[in-house]
Amino acid sequence: MSADADIRERVANLPYPTIETVAVDLAKPLSECKVAIVTTAGLRPNGDIELWSPDPRFTVLPGHAHDVQLSHFSPNFDRTGIIEDINVVYPIDRLAELADEGVIGSVNDRHISFMGAQMDATFSAIINDTAPKAAEILVDDGVDVVLLTPV
Amino acid sequence: MSVLAHVLEQAGIATVGIASVRQQAVDVAPPRMMYCEFPLGRPLGRPSDREFQRDVIMRAFTLLQRTDAPVLEDHPEVITDFSGPPESCPLPPRHDPDLHPAIDEAQGIRGAYDRNLEQYGRTSMGRIAGPDGITDLLQVLIDIEAGTPPTDLGYDDARLVALGQDVRAYYEEAGMQLAGPSGSRELENWFFQVTESGQLVRRVRDALKEAGDHKLAGGYVAPLSQR
Repeated sequence: MSADADIRERVANLPYPTIETVAVDLAKPLSECKVAIVTTAGLRPNGDIELWSPDPRFTVLPGHAHDVQLSHFSPNFDRTGIIEDINVVYPIDRLAELADEGVIGSVNDRHISFMGAQMDATFSAIINDTAPKAAEILVDDGVDVVLLTPV
Repeated sequence: MSVLAHVLEQAGIATVGIASVRQQAVDVAPPRMMYCEFPLGRPLGRPSDREFQRDVIMRAFTLLQRTDAPVLEDHPEVITDFSGPPESCPLPPRHDPDLHPAIDEAQGIRGAYDRNLEQYGRTSMGRIAGPDGITDLLQVLIDIEAGTPPTDLGYDDARLVALGQDVRAYYEEAGMQLAGPSGSRELENWFFQVTESGQLVRRVRDALKEAGDHKLAGGYVAPLSQR
C-alpha cells in the first residue's frame, strides 16, 4: 500500500459533524463571479510560520502574494510540490489567468487559509466561531464563489 | 475542509472543493466536491503543469451549475505517490571526519539548499531556525540520542516536531537541486531512508516513542510512512 493510500485509509472513518447540506444557487454566470480560495494547507505569510498550530484559527492571505510558507503541523504529506509551484496547493496564478480570459469575473484581493487535519472532531470552534468570521470577510468583499483546496 | 464549505454556503457563498479523502466528502456531504486521487500535498495534481491544474479547476467549476447537491464527482485521472527515493540524488563525500556524520552531511549540501531557495524563492524551513541553524538543530537530535532529556535542551514535544520539520525541509529542498524536481514523497524517502540526518531523526523518533512520554513528538516528528 502506498503511503498516501495508508493515510487515506487511516483518516477515512474519523468522527465527523453532521451538518445539513445547503447549496447556494449561483444567480449569475461564472464569468461575472468574484472568486476566492479557501485552503486548509496551513499557509502563512512568509515569516509567520509557527511551531505547532493544529487549531481552528485562520489566516488572511494577500490576494496576489506568492511569498507564503507552509505552516501545516502534519508531516504526513508531500512538501516538495508546493516549493516547486505554489499553484499545486494554492492556485492563485491559475485563477488570475482565468480572470484575464474572462472565464471568471475576478479574483478577490485576499484569500483564507485554515489548518487542515483538525484534532477536534466536533469542529465546534470552526463551525461556530472562526469559519463564520472568515465567511463574513469574504461576503464583505463581495465574493460569489470559493474554491476549496486541501493538502 | 468539507465543514468549511457548509459554513460558507450558509453565509451565501457558493463553494466547490477538491477532496483528497473521498470518504470524508461522502460523510460530511458538502454541496459540491471533486475527489482527486492525487498525491497528498499536491491537490492540483502536478506542480508546474499549468494545463493540468487549469483542467482540474475547470472540472470543479462545472459542478457549480449542478442543482442536485450534495454532488461528489471523481476526477478521471489517478496520480499515485512514489514508493522509493529518487534514482539519483548524490550526496557529497564526507568532508570532515571529526564531525558527526549528520552534521558533516548537512554542511555539505548547504549550497544546494541555497540554490533551491534562489530558484524557487520559497522554503518551508524556519519554524525554529533557518539554514544557518541546521548544525544546532542536528546537535539537539544528537544530544537526545546520546541520552539527554529533550526538556534539558529546551525542547518540549511541539518544539521537537517543529525541529523535525525544519531539518526535513532543509534536506528535501536541497534534494530538489541534487535530484531535480521529484515525484511526491521521493525526496521524503531519500531524506528518511538514505541520509544520515534522516536516519538520525527516525532513531530519535523511535526512542521517544519507546520512552512512552512523548506521544506528540513520537507521532509527528517524522511521517507515518517512515515507520
